[in-house]
Amino acid sequence: MQLKENVTREDHIQGAEGAKVTLVEYGDYECSHCGAAYPVVKRLQKRFGESLRFVFRNFPLAEAHPMAEASAEATEYAATKDKFWQIHDGIYEHQTQLSTELLESLATQNGLDAKAMADALKEHTFQRQVKKDFMSGVRSGVNGTPAFFINGILFGGEANFETLAAAIEAVR
Amino acid sequence: MSQILPAGTKAPDFTLRVTPDQTVSLSEFRGRPVILAFYPADWSPVCSDQMALYNEVLPEFQKHSAELMGISVDGVWCHSAFGKDRNLHFPLLADFEPKGAVARLYGSYRQEGVTERALFVIDKEGMIRWSYCSPVGVNPGADGILQALEALEK
Repeated sequence: MQLKENVTREDHIQGAEGAKVTLVEYGDYECSHCGAAYPVVKRLQKRFGESLRFVFRNFPLAEAHPMAEASAEATEYAATKDKFWQIHDGIYEHQTQLSTELLESLATQNGLDAKAMADALKEHTFQRQVKKDFMSGVRSGVNGTPAFFINGILFGGEANFETLAAAIEAVR
Repeated sequence: MSQILPAGTKAPDFTLRVTPDQTVSLSEFRGRPVILAFYPADWSPVCSDQMALYNEVLPEFQKHSAELMGISVDGVWCHSAFGKDRNLHFPLLADFEPKGAVARLYGSYRQEGVTERALFVIDKEGMIRWSYCSPVGVNPGADGILQALEALEK
């Protein structure tokens, strides 16, 4: 399966545009497998350095995971203040304590206005943005999380460091 | 893998239990598209992901006025516990007695006693317009269904 929506400036990106390999993850903040993949991605970034660009897109299974949608919308709020990755990392690093309180405390710790974020969550200001990611994943054949695309091709293996590193190495 | 009924075949009608005291027939939905998602079993990990995914994509299916129904050989009480646990917003039909009879009609019954992981998109006249049988351990996702629904409107 191929990624149907190309990476654009509207995406959340770590790494340079000219990187040889682009790794796109579709993830859910409440999914424990995504929690397990979080340090794996960090290791991959360390291992491949400038040759790897990482993109995160939202794929919340909101009916199964009550905090998934709010978490995704909170990161989108943070993105408007240039703090996407701080909140993204903060959630995965404290995934077992994921709650409204955690989101607010991460906001405060990162210099965001927790009240404004809470209002945005209540109004679902960023729901459309999250949905756009979700549907681009569905159209690209994402069937669960985490789903990884390496240079636009859906990665079918186990989401562990060795397997992902080998797949990245193969296209580098 | 079984030979499932292909596109261009008239969808065989059936009546199955959907709750302990209700049944549903395919013919009730004439006039709107129907998605039949046969899956091997409630509670098994891949199916759960598949049904959880369809639960999220449901609003997209509804944009095409399509009715989604999950079907397995599990009984109604099992379906009801599973649907409740996963917060599913679409019906699960019990192909329970005679076991797998509807799955057999659609060519989606497996020797070991469960249904295939097979998808059918049926148009408003009751004709199968798209079908797909996935390897039993692979969640087929939702993009094929959405493409088939879009093709109905062309």
